[in-house]
Amino acid sequence: MEPVILPNIKNLHTIDVYEAHGGYKALRKALSMKPEEVVEEVKKSNLRGRGGACFPTGLKWSFMPKKTDKPKYLCVNGDESEPGTFKDRQIFEFNPHLMIEGTLIACYAMGIKTAFIYIRGEYGRWIRMVEKALMDARGRGYVGENILDSGFSTDIVVHKGAGAYICGEESALMNSIEGERGYPRVKPPFPAQYGLWGCPTTINNVETISNVPLIIANGWEWYAKIGAAKHPGPILVGVSGHVRKPGVYEMATGVSLLEIIYKYAGGVPDDKKIKAVIPGGSSTPILRGDQLEGVCMDADSMKAAGSAVGTAGLIVMDEDTDPIAVLARIAKFYHHESCGQCTPCREGTGWLEKILNRFVRGEGRKEDVDLLMDVANNIEGNTICALGDAAAWPVQSMIRRFRDEFERRAVSRPVENLVA
Amino acid sequence: MLGPNHLQRLEELKKLYPSSQALVLPVLWMVQEQEGFISKESMRYVAELLKVPYGHVLGVVTFYTMFHQRPVGRHHIEVCTNVSCMLRGAANIVRHLENKLGIKLGETSKDGTWSLAEVECMGACGGAPMCAIGEEYHEHLTTEEIDRLLERLH
Repeated sequence: MEPVILPNIKNLHTIDVYEAHGGYKALRKALSMKPEEVVEEVKKSNLRGRGGACFPTGLKWSFMPKKTDKPKYLCVNGDESEPGTFKDRQIFEFNPHLMIEGTLIACYAMGIKTAFIYIRGEYGRWIRMVEKALMDARGRGYVGENILDSGFSTDIVVHKGAGAYICGEESALMNSIEGERGYPRVKPPFPAQYGLWGCPTTINNVETISNVPLIIANGWEWYAKIGAAKHPGPILVGVSGHVRKPGVYEMATGVSLLEIIYKYAGGVPDDKKIKAVIPGGSSTPILRGDQLEGVCMDADSMKAAGSAVGTAGLIVMDEDTDPIAVLARIAKFYHHESCGQCTPCREGTGWLEKILNRFVRGEGRKEDVDLLMDVANNIEGNTICALGDAAAWPVQSMIRRFRDEFERRAVSRPVENLVA
Repeated sequence: MLGPNHLQRLEELKKLYPSSQALVLPVLWMVQEQEGFISKESMRYVAELLKVPYGHVLGVVTFYTMFHQRPVGRHHIEVCTNVSCMLRGAANIVRHLENKLGIKLGETSKDGTWSLAEVECMGACGGAPMCAIGEEYHEHLTTEEIDRLLERLH
């Protein structure tokens, strides 16, 4: 398909070029509809969140209370910190107005007067790009009071993060906007009931919100026909690791992983075989290279293969890669990023890292394989947020798929000699 | 302590956020931009300015990795070593930088020019291996490219 999120149009990031290519027409159209019609349109399009969970966007919007005395908020999640994920940055740089237009339509649909675009602090350069785009949009009457004389008003604020993976978790993100440490909150209550400052709040990923103007402009029927039937639309796939042409590629959902690796990303350097791939960011279960036949980048196909679309950040590892070293690095990441609220995650991620490093040093024991599995199983499902699960899944999947590798590397040494 | 431009920006921000506490992160960013790092004294200043407990400000500063509690080098180099960068040779990049600068990860050179840090995924996996120097991203790094960068900055 022709790219629509990141079309190849020079200077599309400027408001003039964006408008010349039909930009902000979807906003005009949405403002002529009833808010609930906009929600219905998004619902029928079957758009599912691009931030990792693939949750139906229209359904999420419909959770927002219609009658409330409290202000309502929208958070656009641009924390983008899941290893292997680098797609939202492309939207900030090359098509920021699409995200802004989507944000405005979402605000109108849910009766929201303030939206926060939360962008990770490391993206300082891209924050300035988004702020410039916002200023231009405000200058033309798209943002602020009485937008395009519709009587509808909304403001958009860019909030800069300060270095914390966990702030991509929606409730941690809200705490971060409130000026707190980025601790995830216990759910329920869910954000639609009790979000920012205790008010109804919806959180959508940057790419998700950027799909909205396309749906409104072209109609849900157009959108629902793109790609995989139950998970339709364009998707930004970031390919990294051992490929000839790493980068972000836009395609319809449902493209096979092998096609993504060989056609889009140019295949593996030196024509090496694929040892394994992480299909959707570091938390998604790893797949063996010899099990990729027929696996496609959509929620159902990925689930059937025992993994998940996640953020569609595909990491490719060639045959010479040491999967245990990769897993040890992933474990280090989750240990570092655990916020520390829940004991299973705070302690467990450290144990995972420690045990995996034993393997990397050639000191792993046979029984460590089951120990790793046991620790991972006791983290999964036992924490406030999904970071615990995200730390457990790579370990569980790696052992399930590369148990032979672990066992081959294990040494038989008595436990008492292993004081590190 | 904050300069007039920052104080003016703070007044604008107050209109956008319903609570004073929400300004803790934006104000800490202003402090770091101005001072280069956030001292205990600055934290007390921010607490007073925003009428939040000092302990809260300390809690926020220590939670987020981008807030520096002590000065970093004039050129602060952050190298990503997460999976995508690791697969494309981040370890070589770290080794080369350590050798060239004569400092280890987490250290600052004696003259205060350079500091080197290992960081988690920066969202530039397609350009791996990468580093950031200040806010600038440098992608598809090679040892030669690092030599050129350091030469230019020195």
